Amino acid sequence: MSAKRLATHELRLAWRDFLAMATAGRRERERTVLALAAAAFAALHLVAAAALPDRLAIAAMDADGLQLAVTALLAMPVALMVSQAMESTTRLFYSRSDLDLLLSSPMPPTRIFAVRLGGIALATGAVAMLIGGPAIDVLALRDGARWLAAWPALIALGVLATVAAVWLTFAMFRLFGARHTRVAAQIAAAVVGAAFVIGVQIAAIASMGNATRFQFLTSPAIRASLPASGSPFWLPAEAVTGDGASLLFLLAAAATAFAATVGLLGPRFSEIAAAAADASFHSGGRGRVRPFRAHSAASALRAKEWRLLARDPWLISQTLMQILYLAPPAYMLWNGFGGGAASVVVPVLVMAAGQLAGGLAWLAISGEDARDLVESAPVAAGAVLRAKAEAVLGAVGLATAPILLFLAISDGKAALAALAGIGAASLSATAIQLWFRSQAKRGNFRRRQTSSRLATVAEAFSSILWAAAAGLAAHGSPLAFATALLALAMLATVRRFAPATMAA
Amino acid sequence: MDAFALAIDDLHKRFARPAVSGLSMRVAAGEFYALLGPNGAGKTTTLRMVAGLLRPDRGSIRVFGADALVNPIEARRAIAWVPDEPLIYDRLTPLEYLEFVAGLWSVPAAEAASRGANLLETLGLGPQAQERCEGFSRGMRQKVALAGALVHEPRLIILDEPLTGLDAASARLVKQVLVERVRNGAAVIMTTHILEVAERMAERIGVIAQGRLVAEGTLAELRAGAGREGGTLEEIFLDIVQANRPAAA
Repeated sequence: MSAKRLATHELRLAWRDFLAMATAGRRERERTVLALAAAAFAALHLVAAAALPDRLAIAAMDADGLQLAVTALLAMPVALMVSQAMESTTRLFYSRSDLDLLLSSPMPPTRIFAVRLGGIALATGAVAMLIGGPAIDVLALRDGARWLAAWPALIALGVLATVAAVWLTFAMFRLFGARHTRVAAQIAAAVVGAAFVIGVQIAAIASMGNATRFQFLTSPAIRASLPASGSPFWLPAEAVTGDGASLLFLLAAAATAFAATVGLLGPRFSEIAAAAADASFHSGGRGRVRPFRAHSAASALRAKEWRLLARDPWLISQTLMQILYLAPPAYMLWNGFGGGAASVVVPVLVMAAGQLAGGLAWLAISGEDARDLVESAPVAAGAVLRAKAEAVLGAVGLATAPILLFLAISDGKAALAALAGIGAASLSATAIQLWFRSQAKRGNFRRRQTSSRLATVAEAFSSILWAAAAGLAAHGSPLAFATALLALAMLATVRRFAPATMAA
Repeated sequence: MDAFALAIDDLHKRFARPAVSGLSMRVAAGEFYALLGPNGAGKTTTLRMVAGLLRPDRGSIRVFGADALVNPIEARRAIAWVPDEPLIYDRLTPLEYLEFVAGLWSVPAAEAASRGANLLETLGLGPQAQERCEGFSRGMRQKVALAGALVHEPRLIILDEPLTGLDAASARLVKQVLVERVRNGAAVIMTTHILEVAERMAERIGVIAQGRLVAEGTLAELRAGAGREGGTLEEIFLDIVQANRPAAA
């Protein structure tokens, strides 16, 4: 099979996969969903138009200032692109699905690797284009067609981010071995994505008080520490702002890096994939046999859930990322920003707890891999659900306890508000997952949102409302009660639309 | 105490079309019963209803005298269900899986640990007892699921195509384990498309077609009923299925 034919096949699968995810598998919704997506993309242009400076403000910026601003704006998406590409690369090496079929065919592994890597680069660049596209169009309308160069520049950056991610993953493969790279790479992907944003935020807080990342990155101090104009450091910004030579150089660099990666790693692809597959066959220890613990059915269920959660590398990386995002407000707290810090920490902590609980509850309730076993056990269905909810709440408690303790030392009232908020947000998210539970494989966690859009939206709104209520309560505002009531009313409304309730 | 491990009366279940229609059957304690039928005959639906995984539209199911519809928890204490697709947790080791199952059935820890280790050794999984199941072959997963089903010493073992994916040696091991359970007084109900296995192992055989039990008895009784003295189970089964094929529209 030619590379072109394989790429067409992969594109078709990716497109159908995307449609299935967007429509929750209901093909009759395809047109509606595509129309809604197009409308949302168009609406993003309005958001970009409101957020971006007007023509005069852009014209008033000097060339160096503009490049610094563009570089600052590009830094975060590039970090996120590397993170996304690392996650995809890990799946490229470790996910079996049709890889066995492809690698057992007479097709050269280099060709398979090239097509799969191209797919990752395309997906990585596409997300950046989807988010950055409206801004590019608005800038092109306001300041001239030169901004349209940002489109190919983003593609080149997507390719470069993918290449960087592949080499990072490969380095981990060599460093940690196939067995440990899967977990290490997924954690690294989360850290790469979050660390830049968080690091810059902490630096901004440390040096300028409560400044935004953008203000910090474009500050004179940062500007003075960066390379002089003409350095390759500014190449992406120059390419994005329409400098033809820089754009050509960026595209050539991306093509060369891609070709070199395919040339160097492609012939080893089957060897890497085989090592990754082999790693899963030897994933257990041969140490001392641990005696069984005396379990009630409920404690057996809780222990099983915790064990599975602790062994889920993707979940660990996501939890780590959420905890990392709490680092800047924790830093503010540490540095005695007082009530101001608590007002940031409390809602962020409650929000993170709600989101974490939603994910864990889905895994425990809907993502039960041995449903027949659990349902055929002599345990009442209510007791099973209760034990699973307890497992979720316990895990959320464990993840949030250190920051909660930290908060209690500096501001007892805020800690109480946060504790109540975390409890309410976690219970609400768990309840939503219970009401909208559906049978799914644990491995489909990334697509859990597709099973019920209403549950996804309700989960997000519930977290936001409880975060707001806890934040207001930390300030002693009576509005906290009204917000909590609003959250309860929203939950009551959502419950009316839950499949279980409607069927009753 | 009910003399029957399983007593089903007038069982009905309908999905888009009737899946089980007025099925009645009895299985005694200490009996090996093979439930046969063509694809879509209603075997798995029937067994899932017995295991408490599906609610019948009508009829009654009694497990060692306990009404499985009125008191499902009591009935489930005695049952082990092994589906055709082994559903185990990839990120647990076989020992951890058995510990979990034992917990669900409230088996004392020390007893469960000893039984679990013995079962894994018997089924040839001793060397893999502490490896996570994610890299296991289908046959190994099937054996882990079977060990899980047996760790709580069930009195009624229901198996849906348990030999699929097993190599000859493993299939033999599984058959030996099941026969031993039957000798110790447990009842085994097994669906299989490997008719030689049913012919050799089952004391009684039931044939389901279109959601109804259309033939039942020992091999000799089935032969006599079909008028095929000396016939193989395959010949008898095909005759019965042919005779009960739905009339063309």
